[in-house]
Amino acid sequence: MATTSPSRRPAAELVKDAAYSALIALALAAPIIGLQTVTARGGLGLNARWDDVFLIVLAVFAGRLLLNFTIWRHQGARPIGQKWFQRAGGRPFARHGHTLSKIIGPLALAVALLLPALPFSDRYVMDLSIMVLTYIMLGWGLNIVVGLAGLLDLGYVAFYAIGAYSFALLATHFDLGFWICLPLAGILAAFWGVILGFPVLRLRGDYLAIVTLAFGEIIRVVLLNWYEFTGGPNGILGIPDPTLFGLEFARRGDNTFHEFFGLSYSSMHKIIFLYYIILCLALITNFVTLRLRRLPVGRAWEALREDEIACRSLGINTTNTKLTAFAIGAMFGGFAGSFFATRQGFISPESFTFIESALILAIVVLGGLGSQVGVVIAAIVMMGGFEYFREFEQYRMLIFGLAMVFIMVWRPRGLISTRSPSVILKERKAIGADLVGQGHG
Amino acid sequence: MSETAIAAPSPTPRWEADPVLDVEHLTMRFGGLVAVDDLSFAVGRGDITAIIGPNGAGKTTVFNCITGFYKPTEGRLTMRRAEGEEFLLERMPDFQIAARAKVARTFQNIRLFGGMTVLENLMVAQHNPLMKASYFTFGGVLGLSHYRRSEKEAIGFATSWLEQIRLIDRADDPAADLPYGAQRRLEIARAMCTRPEILCLDEPAAGLNPRESAELNDLLRLIRDEYQTSVLLIEHDMSVVMEISDHVVVLDYGKKIADGPADVIRNDPAVIAAYLGVEDDEVEAAEEEVEEIKEEAERR
Ligand SMILES: Nc1ncnc2c1ncn2[C@@H]1O[C@H](COP(=O)(O)OP(=O)(O)O)[C@@H](O)[C@H]1O
Ligand SMILES: [Mg+2]
Repeated sequence: MATTSPSRRPAAELVKDAAYSALIALALAAPIIGLQTVTARGGLGLNARWDDVFLIVLAVFAGRLLLNFTIWRHQGARPIGQKWFQRAGGRPFARHGHTLSKIIGPLALAVALLLPALPFSDRYVMDLSIMVLTYIMLGWGLNIVVGLAGLLDLGYVAFYAIGAYSFALLATHFDLGFWICLPLAGILAAFWGVILGFPVLRLRGDYLAIVTLAFGEIIRVVLLNWYEFTGGPNGILGIPDPTLFGLEFARRGDNTFHEFFGLSYSSMHKIIFLYYIILCLALITNFVTLRLRRLPVGRAWEALREDEIACRSLGINTTNTKLTAFAIGAMFGGFAGSFFATRQGFISPESFTFIESALILAIVVLGGLGSQVGVVIAAIVMMGGFEYFREFEQYRMLIFGLAMVFIMVWRPRGLISTRSPSVILKERKAIGADLVGQGHG
Repeated sequence: MSETAIAAPSPTPRWEADPVLDVEHLTMRFGGLVAVDDLSFAVGRGDITAIIGPNGAGKTTVFNCITGFYKPTEGRLTMRRAEGEEFLLERMPDFQIAARAKVARTFQNIRLFGGMTVLENLMVAQHNPLMKASYFTFGGVLGLSHYRRSEKEAIGFATSWLEQIRLIDRADDPAADLPYGAQRRLEIARAMCTRPEILCLDEPAAGLNPRESAELNDLLRLIRDEYQTSVLLIEHDMSVVMEISDHVVVLDYGKKIADGPADVIRNDPAVIAAYLGVEDDEVEAAEEEVEEIKEEAERR
């Protein structure tokens, strides 16, 4: 292969490379885009859309050719085909990753803050954004456990459930409001994080993953069967909405938001309010995580991921360090859970199945373990993608799986795989993914 | 100091008079294998003490017992800190041995935090004081100035060590990117950043070239003289051992076969028979081992 020669690559090879890409695009697009299921008379019918497939393949070919002849001309072959599998990490991107995240961060924040004011933001977009933000927050919470401390937790949804049920039960039994219950839910989830942490801390790798998975299922099964307390499969109804300094977002009432501000009632007010709540919660999660990373605990988490034995030889109490990671991760899961409960107004164990844990973990892994910006990108792409392919129902998981395979092949360490140092002396240099440990979990 | 020991073989050598670490009747069994067999020796305060012996003699096992990574089958390990506090190491968990008894160690196959920068490695080593300064994270999250000051001091201490080991220009590079010799030095500096009273080094000269080896000797003397830290080292390289150690303990098959000042050990017939006598094969084997370690470190 000409991959070894650093000089310009011959044109024939570039065309061949583009053709190869187009072939892969064809293989992918033919079943996904080419065949559409439609409801025909007497069952499901297939609708062929070969013209669309042709356009996509053409676009891939042309785009690849263009890139090959311009940007990639001098860089040696881009990974295509089996070369992908030989690459350990996204080294070529290592240098760009950091500057990229520097631009994306503020830009994304600005868009997020202004989103409700943008012209295309109707109810659908806001609902979708709220969901995406919930997953971003969950991803950031899990990132502490998996990305920083390197402990593979497959039962993260348990803390989400604990947060949701804590709020729902406190609110319906004791008539407490969202803002009082929010910290309580977080504390309860953190408490359960510690309870889970104790028995599993001795475990490593696969064993840890299996036990956390079991914990997630146990919580769900308890919620399902403890009928008197949790309402079993019927769930809990009538969870109150959050209030803005005592102002309610209801059409009628003594103290409603729209009357106080002299507006006419709109159901959008509540949606926008919910949007800003989850945005705030997510930003707090991000802020605290970034802070923690620069504190001794955060550094100990990362050191733990790199080498646990060395940590102990330096006098670090690894048990406590792991427990704090579990507890803090769980706390954010709990916050997200109570938000979920207040937004839905109704919760049942069905919302907290293993697939949720898998989804959150997928967001963290695809985003790049330990990368905050990566989680955002992965959550948007994934949840947006799910939504976009909603019509395809039965192909959704297939596409999801294919996308996973594709990203894992393309960037085995996730989209943003570089690590940024927590403390610097002179110059901040991103650390390539191939050097960073992934923990023993 | 060794002169006095030779001139008048006093009944109590210096290291027994004021030991920083006392190893008494240490035995470690792995199933049927007795890796360390009823071993007793003392590490003098302010000495460089070397443990030597052929491969598989049980040297690393002794270290693992001292630092709490193994629980000894029998025996007592007493650490006497300068201010007079005593610790029975065999009863303490490993991290407390480092944190409270102030015993630091390095590993035969280097264990750095490869994905973290050189500076970060030294910051992790100062975890416990920094944790206190951040009021166990709560103060730190709120951004209290007390913590920021402590962190600056910690960076300053780390920087002084980086200058000492000539890695100041690479402070912001990942540790895994350093060449082998630099990784060895960094691991020693990292252990020193825990401000230990005794530093245990497992084959620190393995894989170093003669120039690096000479540098290591200077570094060890500096640690002993400037930082008042006692050094306990395992070493294969006899030139290093003979040149810098105040006291040498020789192990063979888990048993102590000699114990004394370096120049006495050099001429001890039992030692020559067990260790120095078979020099040729032994050196070859050791060199092979070193090559392997080196390759492994390079790969990582
Ligand atoms: N964890 C262990 N389990 C079983 N045997 C061990 C273990 N650690 C060391 N040994 C055995 O103890 C003996 C001494 O090993 P070691 O202390 O590593 O020797 P060395 O003097 O070369 O450092 C060897 O025979 C080794 O196989
Ligand atoms: Mg050894």
